[in-house]
Amino acid sequence: MKNNGNSIENSTKNSLKNKSAILSIQDLHVSVSGKPILKGIDLDVYPGEVHAIMGPNGSGKSTLAQFLAGREGYQHTTGNVLYHGQNLLEMPPEKRACEGVFLGFQYPVEIAGVGNTYFLKGALNAIRKYRGEMELDAVEFLELARQKMKILELDPNFLERSLNHGFSGGEKKRNEIFQMAILEPTLSLLDETDSGLDIDALKIVADAVDKLRSPDRAIVLITHYQRLLSYIVPDRVHVLSQGKIVRSGGPELALELEERGYGWLTDMTGTLVTARAVADPVRSVLS
Amino acid sequence: MQLTTHKIKELVEAEYKYGFVTDIESDTIPRGLSEDLVRMISAKKSEPEFMLAWRLKAYRHWLTMEEPNWQNVKYPPIDYQDIIYYAAPKTKEDGPKSLDEVDPELRKMFDKLGISLNEQNRISGIAVDAIVDSVSVATTFKAKLSELGIIFCSFSEAVQKHPELIGKYLGSVVPYTDNFFAALNAAVFSDGSFCYIPKGVRCPMELSTYFRINAADTGQFERTLIIAEEDSSVSYLEGCTAPMRDKNQLHAAVVELVALDRSEIRYATVQNWYPGDKNGVGGIYNFVTKRGICKGYGSKISWTQVETGSAITWKYPSVILKGDNSVGEFYSVALTNNFQQADTGTKMIHIGKNTKSTIISKGISAGHGQNTYRGLVSIQRGATGARNYSQCDSLLLGSECGAHTFPYIESKNPLAQIEHEASTSKIGEDQLFYCKSRGYSNEEAVSMIVNGFCKEVLRKLPMEFAVEAQKLLGVSLEGAIG
Repeated sequence: MKNNGNSIENSTKNSLKNKSAILSIQDLHVSVSGKPILKGIDLDVYPGEVHAIMGPNGSGKSTLAQFLAGREGYQHTTGNVLYHGQNLLEMPPEKRACEGVFLGFQYPVEIAGVGNTYFLKGALNAIRKYRGEMELDAVEFLELARQKMKILELDPNFLERSLNHGFSGGEKKRNEIFQMAILEPTLSLLDETDSGLDIDALKIVADAVDKLRSPDRAIVLITHYQRLLSYIVPDRVHVLSQGKIVRSGGPELALELEERGYGWLTDMTGTLVTARAVADPVRSVLS
Repeated sequence: MQLTTHKIKELVEAEYKYGFVTDIESDTIPRGLSEDLVRMISAKKSEPEFMLAWRLKAYRHWLTMEEPNWQNVKYPPIDYQDIIYYAAPKTKEDGPKSLDEVDPELRKMFDKLGISLNEQNRISGIAVDAIVDSVSVATTFKAKLSELGIIFCSFSEAVQKHPELIGKYLGSVVPYTDNFFAALNAAVFSDGSFCYIPKGVRCPMELSTYFRINAADTGQFERTLIIAEEDSSVSYLEGCTAPMRDKNQLHAAVVELVALDRSEIRYATVQNWYPGDKNGVGGIYNFVTKRGICKGYGSKISWTQVETGSAITWKYPSVILKGDNSVGEFYSVALTNNFQQADTGTKMIHIGKNTKSTIISKGISAGHGQNTYRGLVSIQRGATGARNYSQCDSLLLGSECGAHTFPYIESKNPLAQIEHEASTSKIGEDQLFYCKSRGYSNEEAVSMIVNGFCKEVLRKLPMEFAVEAQKLLGVSLEGAIG
């Protein structure tokens, strides 16, 4: 795990200096129905890094993830988002996917009558086609799928089932990471992948994500809880509150949050939130 | 949903790819309907006396009938005197003696539609009867089928060569008194397909009829009759297209199926008549009566329909379950986009003991489309042990379309079991975004979701046609949602 914390601290001031960032967000402001949600986000993610974005509910974490993946219904007011130096916001969502951006959904969608295999093979081939690579035939795809299924300890009949249809919460989340394992994205945004998982499933999913770390890819984990970060140790941890990153640090920041809650951070920004409990910082802020 | 609505409008501009007109010389008769016209049609076809008598009875009965108005569709009154009731591609002398003699222009037209009339070029396993406007122009694989005793030919030919079968079964399932359009059809029908499967024969290939309306201002009134003798089986498919014209054209067909002891008839339709333009101008009025009778013990009739075309579709492929232990099935996908309207469903009439019926209906509405399922499950007094299962699902794309369900259930036997399930859902932005975030384009995503919704029905179609139908659903919805 490399530590280029200093360069990141500097780069947030002027990210144009670092042209090799996979993702570079500069002073991003986003509103929903006229209400500002993200109020000036700066973030640079470099190849090989894992970032964790933590923060209370309503702080804008999911908005950030969905906005980056291209969901409609958000108004971009100011700021830039560069992906490999290109303007990400000009690309429709399917192009972002083809360029290697992946969103692991907090609430994966069910589609009845569309098989998992069919869906994922179509997705992989759409991306391969975009890149000018040969599309995989059914046999090749199945071989790949079987191999990746093992990592996530998925049931063999999983491939024949309809997409997320009738899946338990845990199965849906595992499916997201399974899709990630097949599509091998350059930038993975995992939105609350840990919620709804029991401890065994969490371990499987976390191990799978950890295996997908590589020097040329990056992962952004969005999470309420520190517990995921015991399995996937991030390079950088950011605390999002009221639409702003109020604190960035190394993995020790997550542990500190576990101890102290979010209150001491949000107070610094002059907001009203106070910490009431330490055991579950997120819930305490919400209650 | 504003963005969605906006994109629906874009989508709706998808073009109808079969809208071309072929320039063929055509033999038409003057506009309008009269007893003389009925005689003229009969004379043109050199029909035996019993046919003319039947047509005239039908015509006289039709005059006493009122056009129905209970269906959930709207259209301006039809002027029955402004329709040309007979148009036939002109043939030299007595018409083609063999497939090789089919007019090259006609052959080209069918090639363009993806239907080859050349037996060597065809996917083996499908025999085609090609019908243009009012007449059958070619039937393939006739010789091969006749070795097994199977008769597959145009209705006109059957009237000439097999009058005893026509006399026995014509109107036996759908009498001319049945309804307004069935009476009109009986009076003026010009051609159609005829199929007879002898005792114990399982038809080795798919039989299909391809209907094409080409001439302007004509109505197409065809009649199909299929008879499956004891222990026989047949799978049959019809497809249809028409040129794009501003004026509405009437298509009022009748299909009759007769299944004797332990026989099975599977009848599939992929209906893609011209649906009209995006403003609802033009298109075919598809007012069709389709009914089968499971006459024999343990017989089975299965209707599968994929209805994507026509300005208005109005049809209820039905099964009369007369034989004990007989089975009726209805699998339907009806799609309405732009200003299309569909009022479709089925009637399952349980008469025999232990009769069983299944109804699976999938309605998809987009644009300003209005989609109605209307079905009747009727259990007669003697139908002890009868069972029915119905499932009607509707999928809405956008906010300006409608889905309606009118299930009628009547049971006169306390020992019958009837189940009905229904659902309505909307393609969500969530589903679309999910697919797009995995690399699918908007069109691919819509088509995948719709096909998933229709899967239960599509898998009832013969393989090659299932693929066609899937593509068709995709094309018909092109641009239907954002």
